[in-house]
Amino acid sequence: MIAASRAVQRPASARLLVIDAAGRVTQSPRARWLDFLERGDLVVANDAATLPASLAGVHARTGQPIEMRLAAWRSPVSGETAAFDAIVFGSGDYRTRTEDRPSPPELASGDEFVFGTLTATVVELLDHPRLVRVHFDGSGAAFRQHLAARGRPIQYAHVREPLELWDAWTSIAAVPVAFEPPSAGFVIAWRDVESMRERGIGFATLTHAAGLSSTGDAALDRRLPLDEWYRIPATTAAAIAKARAERMRVVAIGTTVVRAIEHAASQPGGVRAAERQATQRIDAQTPLRIVDALVTGTHEPGSSHHELLRAFASDTVLDAAARTLDRDGYRTHEFGDSMLVFADGRAKSRHAVQACANPLVARSSREAFPVSIATNRRAAAGSRLAMLAAAEYGVVSSNGAGSDPTSVTPGV
Amino acid sequence: MDDHSTAVRSPLCKSRILVTGGTSGLGRALVRDFRARGAHVAFVARTAARVEKTAAEEPGTLGIVADVADKHAIHAIALQVLGWHGGLDVLVNNASSLGPVPLAPLADTDCEALEDALATNVVAPFRLTKALLGALAASAREGRGAIVVNVSSDAAVNAYANWGAYGASKAALRHLSRIWDDELRGVGVRFLSIDPGDMDTPLHALAVPDADPRDLLAPETAARTIVDAVADALRVRATVGRNVADRARVQAPS
Repeated sequence: MIAASRAVQRPASARLLVIDAAGRVTQSPRARWLDFLERGDLVVANDAATLPASLAGVHARTGQPIEMRLAAWRSPVSGETAAFDAIVFGSGDYRTRTEDRPSPPELASGDEFVFGTLTATVVELLDHPRLVRVHFDGSGAAFRQHLAARGRPIQYAHVREPLELWDAWTSIAAVPVAFEPPSAGFVIAWRDVESMRERGIGFATLTHAAGLSSTGDAALDRRLPLDEWYRIPATTAAAIAKARAERMRVVAIGTTVVRAIEHAASQPGGVRAAERQATQRIDAQTPLRIVDALVTGTHEPGSSHHELLRAFASDTVLDAAARTLDRDGYRTHEFGDSMLVFADGRAKSRHAVQACANPLVARSSREAFPVSIATNRRAAAGSRLAMLAAAEYGVVSSNGAGSDPTSVTPGV
Repeated sequence: MDDHSTAVRSPLCKSRILVTGGTSGLGRALVRDFRARGAHVAFVARTAARVEKTAAEEPGTLGIVADVADKHAIHAIALQVLGWHGGLDVLVNNASSLGPVPLAPLADTDCEALEDALATNVVAPFRLTKALLGALAASAREGRGAIVVNVSSDAAVNAYANWGAYGASKAALRHLSRIWDDELRGVGVRFLSIDPGDMDTPLHALAVPDADPRDLLAPETAARTIVDAVADALRVRATVGRNVADRARVQAPS
């Protein structure tokens, strides 16, 4: 694939590779993405706005220049303090590939970083020379004021021109909590929101603090995604419940939406209005409880985003799709082309669960494309039914409910 | 956060507001009135000392120092206000530029003075609305209501000699308000273009230095009219929002 090197959110030439529930691949201009959905489907997008989370400054003890990239919230997102897990690079900026960036000076607890009028203190080392927990001086409002003045959007070498904040904000950006853009949302124009309304396609949002996509360090990259804060509004939880009850599809715009919804679904009580930390990884072994389809970028095998795709489609299907992406010169990264992936038969196991539990809400086959192999897949998934049924109804709590740093806020 | 539930609750109670030009004249009165009715108010103005003074006089408000006519300030404002509020229900585009001071016929108006009026009175509200639209639409979806007030003028409708730059810019703003309102009705974001009338404000004093203050509205009076209009619109939107939410729960999509 080719790196998309210009910061254009919706280029007229943008393409969409569609993988249907039977694993068949088709291609389309991306502007027609809504044509693959049906009346009654529910589109859920991430309305997080992107912070200017890259700060250039100085490591006070050594006087050496550093770049800090905020990576995960460690204080309440609109709280009166500001604390983060952050990656620290040595000198240089985004124009050097992250793989080639020098390390920062050796960091110690209590070290200070100075970014103009903003000061951050290392409160904890996190078992990697580039990863620290930091606390910023001053109130939350003062932090945001200084960040707005001093911070830059996190950026990688494949986009040459410096990004402005408006390049990084999706059209629907509402709550500034993300460290990198929830870039699948670049697909959404306001005319699409209107079009969904006209077509009877539901539209709802949640807020998920998307973290770093890459660090340039293999050991750190293996730790991605870090824990990510998310909030599901009551109206969105209700819309998801309605879509499921009516056996319509839930279409996630971006991997962050999958992570938030599937994390919520794994918690006691399921998807309801709440603020939590998404702590799980999603990979080939993850049963999808809620999400039926995903709009996302074109991801390189091996990345955490690509791992997540394996929950939707088999490796055989994804390998075939990857060959098409390569052969046809699809563009990758945040301003690149997109994929629309409908979950294959494995995900349908939960429909059977519902059928067992309550025949009144049994889900019938309603895929946009004929699913000729669904029967086999469903049979193969049968062994998971008991576990799923138990988890769905809160009988077991093997989802780490006790160990997650999860704060539930009913009725938000 | 405190949570006083009262039987009759102002629709403005805990509404999340942003007022531009919030340290003088009408904007200052709007900050006071919104806050007095229980809203959470953030405001923008250019002069740091005046922002600090207003924030000190109106405890619990957030003052942001920025020039809305500077395009690089827009997302910095959005970041601060959305981070502080966690969203936005009401945007009041109040900051205005007269164009040439003293007022001048168009033939004597510098091109730069016209550009200045357009930058502050047309392009700035457009940019700020775009940057905050995601938050406003989210508020509408959640049934809180979402209102944009664009402060207009009779000069937006009538062609007054010597008010060319200001009048043309306010006419453009009024037109934008109507088109925005039409286009975003389905999303649930409502636009109000409100002419507060001639007020005893610093801006009016610049335009008409020898006006008799007794002929002019107190900015507090004009502010009350605008805040009442916002409260009414929010009440309507909240009702509509609830109906939409109810429908969403019980009906198949039509």
